Amino acid sequence: MAEKVLMKGNEALGEAALRAGCRHFFGYPITPQTELSAYLSKKMPKCGGTFLQAESELAAINMVLGAGATGVRAMTSSSSPGISLKSEGISYIAGSDVPCVIINVQRGGPGLGSIQPSQADYWQATKATGHGDFQIFVLAPSTVQEMADFVALAFDTAEKYRVPAMILSDGMMGQMMEPVLFPEESEVKTIEKPWAACGHNNARPHNIVNSLYIEAKDLEKTVIERYERYEKIKANEQRAESYMTDDAEIVIVAYGASSRVSRSAVDMARAEGIKAGLIRPITLWPFPVDAIEKTVAGAKQFLAVEMSMGQMVDDVRLAVNGRKPVSFFGRTGGIIPTPAEVLGEIKKLAGKEA
Amino acid sequence: MTLKDFVVVTGHYGCGKTNFSINLALEYAEKGRKVTIVDMDLVNPYFRTSDYREMLESKGIEVIAPVFGHTNLDIPSLPASMYSIFDSKDMVIVDVGGDDVGSTVLGRFRPKFEGLDYDMLYVVNRFRNLTATPEEAVEVLEEIKAVSGLSPTGLVNNSHLMAETDAHIIAEGIEFAKKIGELTGLEIKCNTIRRDLDEAGLTKEFPNEPFYPIDMYVKVCW
Repeated sequence: MAEKVLMKGNEALGEAALRAGCRHFFGYPITPQTELSAYLSKKMPKCGGTFLQAESELAAINMVLGAGATGVRAMTSSSSPGISLKSEGISYIAGSDVPCVIINVQRGGPGLGSIQPSQADYWQATKATGHGDFQIFVLAPSTVQEMADFVALAFDTAEKYRVPAMILSDGMMGQMMEPVLFPEESEVKTIEKPWAACGHNNARPHNIVNSLYIEAKDLEKTVIERYERYEKIKANEQRAESYMTDDAEIVIVAYGASSRVSRSAVDMARAEGIKAGLIRPITLWPFPVDAIEKTVAGAKQFLAVEMSMGQMVDDVRLAVNGRKPVSFFGRTGGIIPTPAEVLGEIKKLAGKEA
Repeated sequence: MTLKDFVVVTGHYGCGKTNFSINLALEYAEKGRKVTIVDMDLVNPYFRTSDYREMLESKGIEVIAPVFGHTNLDIPSLPASMYSIFDSKDMVIVDVGGDDVGSTVLGRFRPKFEGLDYDMLYVVNRFRNLTATPEEAVEVLEEIKAVSGLSPTGLVNNSHLMAETDAHIIAEGIEFAKKIGELTGLEIKCNTIRRDLDEAGLTKEFPNEPFYPIDMYVKVCW
């Protein structure tokens, strides 16, 4: 019988990658994600896979491009400054339609910033993980169990639509420990990859995996085709959890670690008779506009809570589209807001002084 | 549980060394001992003894920590005051980083341990996934011995599954610790149990087991 074990979020990501059939990991150490690399460095060789600590983040992401182009499940992980370094490679991967999984265990920024947890890479993950017209699929776990569950989902979705997928976590989720249940047998979904450059034995025309197009019209055609896939992702892959939103007058929108804080604040507000609720985006791209839409009619106002100066709040405003006021509360630089602070904001919005 | 006046706490990453060390320090401080607790963790960014400095100092406990512990920096540097613990008359509790990587720092102090009367505890948790078998736990112990040049003098069974810990979990943990004891010849100094669990009931069920009630300090509040 499968049994629960205690894992740090970073370890859960590593174990989940193995169970999702990932046998090619290329990384470079950085706090606070290093336990993920350390875990895979121990376990990957026992599974006959490749764990490679590259000479830099740039090298690691380009190894992901190379491995992914052959059709295998390739993964890399880093934390904020390292993702910035990987961004050129991520753009090339998106431009080459290569599926892969990229983990970002966010820390405070900008620059070298801080090793403490943060959510200030939302814009980077959802708007501009690199140059050019492209999107990546972004998942935001809020428990260690979800850290475990989302790796296979990220690989499956990446392969289904031939896009890079990112798990946008943060240092707190990476470092904290919770009981996790893995299934006894993990089933790996495999799909045909007729595009993969995996050796043709002269039995078929050779495949080219590439992001360079000689003619402008060819590049435009390719990008437009890619955006048609993005529309399918937006239609099919939005995920969110709604908590006490049925009669909510104040709807908090928060993901990852700040959604845990916000959930506690919602419980505290309810205990004081304030009708608060929480929408927790699970996919950050595509942003779960449908879940927001369901609450717009009943809500009096929205409050985005983030560990940043306010980034996701833009997407909340776009989804609400001026129909209700949207405000923001956040802490940044490696500080996690407390439930009491969030409750204070809820009370202000409810017209009850904190 | 009787321990020497100098206690080194080692173990696998995330097995509960810090929470145990804090409990131990508070227990001795309550008994009226002058206590120094040492955060000797150079590998772990969060959930470390120095995060609890204010609370510990309010109980009169001296806290010695790496220069940049509990800050935004990832710079492993030890303060000169860390050498003072070897001449201390206080109860000294040293909370070391996890695994062999975290214990490497002990190697630097190894000459200081010669002639010192100390206990070195090896903390185990049956429910940490990389040390879930006695053999795996012994493997990590051997790695810690190799890098530190020191040998544990006893085991602390800290097996738990956080909020899901019940009598069944405790029982499994005890069996696990006993196996490690048999494999290593080390005495089980104590089995920790959260203070809100039924110590009387467990003592009845395991009459020969030394239980050590602990409070949870290392946790998140949401």
